[in-house]
Amino acid sequence: MFRIVRKERLNQAVVLFEIEAPFIAAKARAGQFVIVRANEQGERVPFTIADYDAERGTITIIIQVIGGTTMELDRLGVGDCIKDVAGPLGVATEYGDAKRVAVVGGGVGCAIAYPQAKELTKLGAEVDMIAGFRNKDIIILENEMRAVSKELHICTDDGSYGTKGFVTDKLEELFNLGKKFDLVIAIGPVIMMKFICAVTKKYGIKTIVSLNPIMIDGTGMCGCCRVTVGGKVRYACVEGPDFDGHQVDFDELIRRNGAYKEHEKDHVCRLTGGVRNG
Amino acid sequence: MADMSLKKTPVAEQDPKVRARNFDEVTLGYTAEQAMQEAERCLNCKNRPCMQGCPVGVRIPEFIEKVREGDFAAAYDIIKSTNSLPAVCGRVCPQENQCEGKCVRGIKGEPVGIGRLERFCADYMADKQVQTEKPEPNGHKAAVIGAGPSGLTCAGDLAKLGYDVTVFEAFHTAGGVLSYGIPEFRLPKAIVAAEVENLKKAGVKIMTDMVIGKVFSIDELYDKGYEAVFIGSGAGLPRFMGIEGETLVGVYSANEYLTRINLMKAYKDDHPTPIKNSRSVAVVGGGNVAMDAARSAMRLGAEHVYIVYRRSMEELPARREEVNHAVEEGVEFLTLRNPKAVIGDDEGRVRALECIEMKLGEPDESGRRKPEAVEGSEFELECDTVIMALGTSPNPMLRATTPGLDTDRRGCLVVDENEMTTKDGVFAGGDAVTGAATVILAMGAGKKAAQSIDAYIKGKE
Repeated sequence: MFRIVRKERLNQAVVLFEIEAPFIAAKARAGQFVIVRANEQGERVPFTIADYDAERGTITIIIQVIGGTTMELDRLGVGDCIKDVAGPLGVATEYGDAKRVAVVGGGVGCAIAYPQAKELTKLGAEVDMIAGFRNKDIIILENEMRAVSKELHICTDDGSYGTKGFVTDKLEELFNLGKKFDLVIAIGPVIMMKFICAVTKKYGIKTIVSLNPIMIDGTGMCGCCRVTVGGKVRYACVEGPDFDGHQVDFDELIRRNGAYKEHEKDHVCRLTGGVRNG
Repeated sequence: MADMSLKKTPVAEQDPKVRARNFDEVTLGYTAEQAMQEAERCLNCKNRPCMQGCPVGVRIPEFIEKVREGDFAAAYDIIKSTNSLPAVCGRVCPQENQCEGKCVRGIKGEPVGIGRLERFCADYMADKQVQTEKPEPNGHKAAVIGAGPSGLTCAGDLAKLGYDVTVFEAFHTAGGVLSYGIPEFRLPKAIVAAEVENLKKAGVKIMTDMVIGKVFSIDELYDKGYEAVFIGSGAGLPRFMGIEGETLVGVYSANEYLTRINLMKAYKDDHPTPIKNSRSVAVVGGGNVAMDAARSAMRLGAEHVYIVYRRSMEELPARREEVNHAVEEGVEFLTLRNPKAVIGDDEGRVRALECIEMKLGEPDESGRRKPEAVEGSEFELECDTVIMALGTSPNPMLRATTPGLDTDRRGCLVVDENEMTTKDGVFAGGDAVTGAATVILAMGAGKKAAQSIDAYIKGKE
């Protein structure tokens, strides 16, 4: 059992859990994920590790409460235990020798874009962050993001805070201003990652995306998470979740992530609880 | 004088029409009277050929003798002394190739129903308080990776020898393929859980949610004081055909389909894991896993379930019993057909499986007649779900994170005659070594590895 030591509501629908998981905390690196089961009947759902502290023996996940599993998790408070947490799974993000990096987060995806910026800054890279939200009310981690980036650009769809517009527009604007990046990291809804990649492809800038296919075991055993990258079928759980965004078939991923939509309608969409479904 | 009837004492089964729509166990097992009657058929041969067919060396004539006398507890003890999972083996062993395949009674007529008798003993004792002796600890620690048939057997045998054994399981539940792969209607999960509980009572520690290779490396297990490691990580990686359309919505590996049903209990309303509500299902492949997937699809309510297999009924690699059960339950066999592509609709969902007819040509290197496509015979099989049951390869996670662990070209771990890998003190068995095989062969390997680990650790003293 995995005890919750801290719970914070970041906005109405986004909740942070710091969980005792000393073995995972000792090994976790940015970009990796855990498989969580809220209770004895629960399904196995992947969540990207938002933070980890080997000394405290904890990991942090940030979830958007939109489905059955996330609703079950949200019922738990400090001192309660999560039934299962397995990890750290997947391959940690490989930054190469990137020196100037744009990290783009969309919605709750900022929860895992932020640790990427933090890690890159720690490694000595210069990081600009672009964070997109629907409106002012759901902005999360603003101070944290600001602390780990040279420039933080917040965009809102309705213009209620920061720049009005999409993160893609902001990124293109930065390019037009002559900003030079040797790497872009994009984490958020699949459709956002798709359009960010369309922009960066035009400018020929390497782009890493963190994919969020449906998973069960998370160890390469079931093949549920297969995605097409560069025309080849890859298993996101063991070969990802990061991939070269210019090679990913995003439309296929969107279709596959919708496989159980009808089921969700019947049972309070219990499937899409991932951090990356913002 | 033994009962010389040529047939096994029949065993009750659920009616095919009824069972095809429920997940309850198909075979109901012997009553005490039936078991004692079947035990009368054993000739108690001096040279015990049946035992040579048993990878875990169950003293078969001895336990059957006890069944004949009605001393079922004693019979169970005899089985249990060499077999850590009797309730499992009695159900899922391919006895026709193992013990029963060697039974003298099988030369003329049917062999003694050894599997049914083993199951009876285990089931009879299931609700009785079994006194488990904990042996004197010998002061040594061993680690087992994977709580499947090979790992559990190895752990059980090491515990009997006094080792402090910890099994590290990646899933949230122990059992490996017994939990995620073999369906409830062939092996009820409560039985697997009870066998695991018995092992725990015997001193085996099981840590779930531990993905070795990620959370600890094998070298780190040594740092933690384990003196030897057994790898029983199974053959996890599902194979696909590499044809067009395999990432369409509605295409499953058999592993995924069965895991959703067996481990995650997607067929139960109180378990939220979803599974497709299929109308028409094509299962590609002809092995036991294909039969399990097809029969599960039937139970989930599909109108049509097809087995698509490129050879003929004679070559089906599945056990005859499984094939017969599938036929009885209404699974339709499309043999001598091979898929060419999965065809999707506008929304990327499976609409049909394009197949081509095959004919059998000359025998190939395996001795089986090689299937050849009949040109121009393509047709579309209408279906909304395709399940690929084409076998698995060993999971690469451990070999990728463990220097010194050699594999063959199929990715299987290389072991010597004592089940030791190319890394000193690391042993392996089961599907991780052999590629997809049977529960009992994995158990045999786990048993042998336990003896080798004992010799290895004692040899260092």
